[in-house]
Amino acid sequence: MDRSSQSRSRRLAPIVAVAAAAALTLAGCSSSSGGKKSEEGGSAASAGKASTPRMTVALVTHQSQGDTFWDIVRKGAQAAADKDNIKLVYSADPNAGNQAGLVQNAIDQKVDGIAVTLAKPDAMKAVVAKAVSAKIPIVGLNSGLGDWKKLGLMEFFGQDESVAGEALGNRLNSEGAKKVVCVIHEQGNVGLTQRCDGVKKTFSGTTETLYVNGTDAPSVKSTITAKLTQDKAIDHVITLGAPIALIATQSVSDAGSKAKVATFDLNKDLTTAISKGTIEFAVDQQPYLQGYLAIDSLWLYKNNGNYMGGGEQPVLTGPAFVDKSNVDKVAEFAAKGTR
Amino acid sequence: MSQQAQPAVSTPPAPGPREKDGRTAQRPLALRILARPDVGVFLGAVAVYVFFLVAAPPVREASSMANILYQSSTIGIMALPVALLMIGGEFDLSAGVAVITSALTAAMLSYQLTLNVWAGVIVALVVSLGIGFLNGWLVVKTGLPSFLITLGSFLILQGVNLAVTKLVTGNVATDDISNMDGFDQVKSIFASSFDIGGVQVKITIFWWLFFAAIATWVLLRTKYGNWIFAVGGNKESARAVGVPVNFTKISLFMLVGFGAWFVGMHQLFSFNTVQSGEGVGQELIYISAAVIGGCLLTGGAGSAIGPVFGAFMFGMVQQGIVYAGWNPDWFKAFLGVMLLGAVMINLWVQRTATRR
Repeated sequence: MDRSSQSRSRRLAPIVAVAAAAALTLAGCSSSSGGKKSEEGGSAASAGKASTPRMTVALVTHQSQGDTFWDIVRKGAQAAADKDNIKLVYSADPNAGNQAGLVQNAIDQKVDGIAVTLAKPDAMKAVVAKAVSAKIPIVGLNSGLGDWKKLGLMEFFGQDESVAGEALGNRLNSEGAKKVVCVIHEQGNVGLTQRCDGVKKTFSGTTETLYVNGTDAPSVKSTITAKLTQDKAIDHVITLGAPIALIATQSVSDAGSKAKVATFDLNKDLTTAISKGTIEFAVDQQPYLQGYLAIDSLWLYKNNGNYMGGGEQPVLTGPAFVDKSNVDKVAEFAAKGTR
Repeated sequence: MSQQAQPAVSTPPAPGPREKDGRTAQRPLALRILARPDVGVFLGAVAVYVFFLVAAPPVREASSMANILYQSSTIGIMALPVALLMIGGEFDLSAGVAVITSALTAAMLSYQLTLNVWAGVIVALVVSLGIGFLNGWLVVKTGLPSFLITLGSFLILQGVNLAVTKLVTGNVATDDISNMDGFDQVKSIFASSFDIGGVQVKITIFWWLFFAAIATWVLLRTKYGNWIFAVGGNKESARAVGVPVNFTKISLFMLVGFGAWFVGMHQLFSFNTVQSGEGVGQELIYISAAVIGGCLLTGGAGSAIGPVFGAFMFGMVQQGIVYAGWNPDWFKAFLGVMLLGAVMINLWVQRTATRR
């Protein structure tokens, strides 16, 4: 017994020594620039806390894993939940059938409210009807602008993807663009396609579409480079997500092209790129607001019987343009991951 | 097939004496070359290249070729260890997300502790090798198919990538590390580019070819190379003749870990940040490049040069379609048809060559 513990400690000693040495080595090579230390401490917007009875709300989205956009939606929802004394249950699945299953799960849990995205409205129809008949207040957010009323949702918070695309198209006209390429990073996604179609509708020049594999950054980079080499007349690259836009700026320089990059959606690094001028502008649909309002609206309905949008009209959260003129204000919040 | 498995146990036949036979030996030699798995894929790659040379004028420019080779190299660097592992009779489904795990580790460690990025890079290497070791060790100890073990680690890493990133950074992507100490040094190794005759050529292309040369040498000229063929051909008889089966398999998995680290570092240092959800699905592309390159799904046969052409074929088709300016809605379908066609050529060449 004694011997074995002794031999173990003897065996452990070198491991501990190596670990300690490694820790010391790591501590010795700290970076004098950038990193966490240079980040200023700041917390997200927080109001007081409501004294209304505790309630449970489910937020069910079609997020695919690890998407920066949905993270912001979720942060908004969480902020509203914290303020309203709500327990927020978040779940997500990109597969419509599975997402419907998650809504059913929320109904079974007898939650006090459900907020749901309608990326594929037909698949959600039956389960939304169940929630309505179970008298659970249910609101929509992000996608499903054309269908929320038909399905019996009380309120809707989001951006009309086509309208956002059209707004971008108009903006391109005023910039004097002649030929643009719209980069779709998820083939077959309805919302993304609508954005490109919207651009096509109002933009007076030529709009081309390009599909890239959004889960592999090097492939995105070389595919956009290839497109810019193939068609040298392209003067604007339109991307549909912030990370893709940042990669596109590298493609533009690789291809030796003079094309400008504009994008839908925002994140922290994108605001930096806008202030540096490598990205021209971004169309923001304010995901934080979508999450926040969806949860807050359920609280208002429960505690005061209010309908946002009067129960007739959707509440639009976009499109809001972010460019060099207003990026500084937005960047402050984007740094916290809430814009 | 028995012909391909031959180098597993015996040293490759020396071509010298046969050439001395004169004209009678010439045809069998040509056929012998054609029968090699990597020659079929070479011809397939040439066919695809010539096709796009005709169909897509921009491909003729040197800068386009640099771009195509860059795309191929990011696939190819991973396809090499994946191919060696397949020759050794095992699969690694976690290879795609392992790339992201490595990049996330380096980025978060450097950023959160405000360390010189070299520290993050080295710790990421340790983590990647550790994941490879764990995969290999589990496969060897449990005797379960590596398909199942690495399917497990694929899912685990996918979840860990997201959850840990969220936990540490509060976001789902890592913070920009481009202004930190050591970044430029590391970038010059993993993600720089050279000016060759006015064309920007990415360093990954050279690494890719360098690794391929080493892998070829190891496979054909070293004892370890023979071990790889042996454990993939028949594990039991390999063990009987004294091949360290466990060591070989575990080290092959660790080699995939090394590849994942390398590509992960390339991604991190060329894009400054990593998104935690990336990498899913890439493992199939690596495996396809290896299979197109003539590595048997059952193990025991293959080469290191075949996957180089396999990866090139992937990069060429993927970018060629864009260079050709075809209707992008059909993109995936084109990709599938072209790959299938290339594989058919490969198969046909091998069949006709081995028939006589």
